[in-house]
Amino acid sequence: MSDLTKLLWLQSGGCGGCSMSLFGAESPDLLTTLRAAGIELLWHPSLSEASGRDVLDLLQSILDGDTRLDILCLEGSVIQGPNGSGAFHRLAGSDRPMRDWLYDLCQVARHVVAVGNCAAYGGITAAGGNPSEACGLQYDEQRPGGLLGAEFVDRTGLPVVNVAGCPTHPNWVTDTLTQLAAGEMERGHLDVFERPRSYTDHLVHHGCPRNEYYEYKASAEKPSDLGCMMEHMGCLGTQAHADCNTRLWNGSGSCLRGGYPCINCTAPDFHEPGHAFARTPKVAGIPVGLPTDMPKAWFVALSALAKAATPNRLKNNALIDHIQIPPNIHGDKKRE
Amino acid sequence: MSDATRRIVGPFNRVEGDLEVQLEVSGDRVERAWVVSPLYRGFEQILRDKDPLDALVYVPRICGICSVAQSVAAARALASLEGLAAPRNGELATNLVLANENVADHLTHFYLFFMPDFARETYAGEAWYGEAAARFRAVSGSAAAQVLPARAEFLHLMGLLAGKWPHSLALQPGGTTRSVESGDRARVLAVLFGFRQFLERCLFGDALENIVALDSAQALEDWCAHRAPVHSDFRHFLHIAEQLQLQNLGRAQDRFMSYGVYPADGTPLFAPGVFSLDNGTTQPLEQSAIREDSSHTWNTQGLDAAHPYDGVTQPNLDNQQAYTWCKSPRLGESPVEVGALARQVVNGHPLLRDLVQQSGGNVRNRIVARLLEIALVVIAMEGWARQLRPKEPFCHSANPPDEARGYGMIEAARGSLGHWISVQRGRIANYQIIAPTTWNFSPRDIRGAPGPLELALQGAPLRADESGGARRDPVAVQHIVRSFDPCMVCTVH
Repeated sequence: MSDLTKLLWLQSGGCGGCSMSLFGAESPDLLTTLRAAGIELLWHPSLSEASGRDVLDLLQSILDGDTRLDILCLEGSVIQGPNGSGAFHRLAGSDRPMRDWLYDLCQVARHVVAVGNCAAYGGITAAGGNPSEACGLQYDEQRPGGLLGAEFVDRTGLPVVNVAGCPTHPNWVTDTLTQLAAGEMERGHLDVFERPRSYTDHLVHHGCPRNEYYEYKASAEKPSDLGCMMEHMGCLGTQAHADCNTRLWNGSGSCLRGGYPCINCTAPDFHEPGHAFARTPKVAGIPVGLPTDMPKAWFVALSALAKAATPNRLKNNALIDHIQIPPNIHGDKKRE
Repeated sequence: MSDATRRIVGPFNRVEGDLEVQLEVSGDRVERAWVVSPLYRGFEQILRDKDPLDALVYVPRICGICSVAQSVAAARALASLEGLAAPRNGELATNLVLANENVADHLTHFYLFFMPDFARETYAGEAWYGEAAARFRAVSGSAAAQVLPARAEFLHLMGLLAGKWPHSLALQPGGTTRSVESGDRARVLAVLFGFRQFLERCLFGDALENIVALDSAQALEDWCAHRAPVHSDFRHFLHIAEQLQLQNLGRAQDRFMSYGVYPADGTPLFAPGVFSLDNGTTQPLEQSAIREDSSHTWNTQGLDAAHPYDGVTQPNLDNQQAYTWCKSPRLGESPVEVGALARQVVNGHPLLRDLVQQSGGNVRNRIVARLLEIALVVIAMEGWARQLRPKEPFCHSANPPDEARGYGMIEAARGSLGHWISVQRGRIANYQIIAPTTWNFSPRDIRGAPGPLELALQGAPLRADESGGARRDPVAVQHIVRSFDPCMVCTVH
């Protein structure tokens, strides 16, 4: 048996977007990162040669104990419907609900990783009336349970590791897999929703390029405006646990940098906010959701003060899509 | 047929999502095939009663590889509710973002999904096998190591223009949310230049302009013969295709449809229409002639085919004829093939027209079309980027009316994608989606006519080690299925 960490990646009720995101890993690229971590892919649906019969044989060999399974990754929700039958997703070629394959494989895996909010909590697939009866591996939205039950722990005592996000940042996944492969992951490295604290100890607000607009409550009112999107456009960056504005996406991006609000996609219930995603719900003109750890009275007082002090530059730039008034340059130097 | 045996192939990987194909095999041929889409999630049910603009959050999450395409289709459908048009910058930036996804998908398909099948052991005795396996083997081949970084860097356009990929909210009914300053535009052009360099060195071994100028089967053959097969990956593919006679594999109805895509100033880069090899003519596309039926689908819709405005999505396992979650879309009463080949044939590219006149829609021609389209679209992207006007608007606000219906029809990498939305009392009353692979991988319809893949698999040959009692899945079936670049999560949604 090799010393390499053997990883199996399966997909069920999701979109495959976490894989697509993962393939964009950089510095180094995905295949190099996996080699560096000593991880061997037993099978990944988009990357591996094996198809059909060979895959079913591999799954059976794992269940029979003939092939070691160190890390099982699931991408996509566990599909329980209709009426608890699991028939909305029978693994192709097997006539057996994917849910049942997953349950059995989780019992023999050294570690189980839910990649993305679907696999972790049910995610987008569980939105609306949850027509497919989707749930996560160990959560049903914010309630512990899901397919495996609240008490499940892997052979090392860890729960399912929930790499939350919709989609996940490539490095949230590769950092987690690397730590698991190295045996460095501990319970204390996970937050209350079993998400890796390596990225959920941060807020999307940290490093947001609109911070100055936020400070002065210079707010955007329509898509493409440069202002802060918290007051009117539903932005949850001050409450969302992720490092999207310090660990950027696709080179230089993030939702905020792309000009649209954070929808808090690492939260277990982000898929049903109870209001239109891009409109801030308010009571008496005050946003219902306040920044994390901020007392309401403070927020109201500071906002009022900040609004009174908003520089003209920010008031102006907040409502257009490009910088019209640049910041002053100190001193008297003026362009002729 | 008495000596026919039924075989089930799945899980079918290197497609997006889960797929099963059922085959009736007689001797060394596939007699008949049934395509099974085994996963149902119910996005059309999820969207009911939502705020119309919330569709922009939900629909990209139908699919992680066609995410932007789903967003653009929804944005168009929402814009149609109020006749909203994007400013020119918004139109150009939308084209750039959609093209970024479509071209990245073509690249992913060729290198990661399609070519690795030629590294299969079954071909070990072929003269070309050694080089093909070294170059294209899944995960460990030399191509994968080059393509993943090139793809990742190309997708930096998403970071610049759409925040991130997949699942962006930058694509709005009135344009795009990320305005571009002149410095950003310079970055966009630099990323495009880097990608062009990768294509010209590795994929084509020639200037993109020389690839798009290939205007006949003969010209392609001459171009290919000009250098050794391993000089570039395109030549490498053409050489293998010649050895395996891939132009004789996987022929469907030879009726091709495109909705048209990439508008600029009212004219799409690729025109909409329907091309039939029967009469060799292109007909206008009639949106109103689109129908879906559920005769072989686990769905409740009665037996009549319905236009998507009247479409019903309500799962039902009681349909005894059903074998898939996919519905059967038809244009009038005809199944149609969609994708890059359809797009280029409808648009009249001389190379693809000539190839299709000679051998129809088949495995080789589908791949050639996709690669040619990479060259065509990257050249167009450079033009769109140069036309962006910093300081001018990128987005108008959308205010969908409380009562309205409309549609958005675009081309994703894999073909024609349509969204039909009805809004009542300010909420989504019905949302119907027909994705490219819904067309290509549709089951039989009310009349019993097979969908494009089901027809394309008829007559597929089995190799000696795949027939009789052998358990090995037929490799020709793998080539045919993957030649369509299926996206199963879009298919059923």
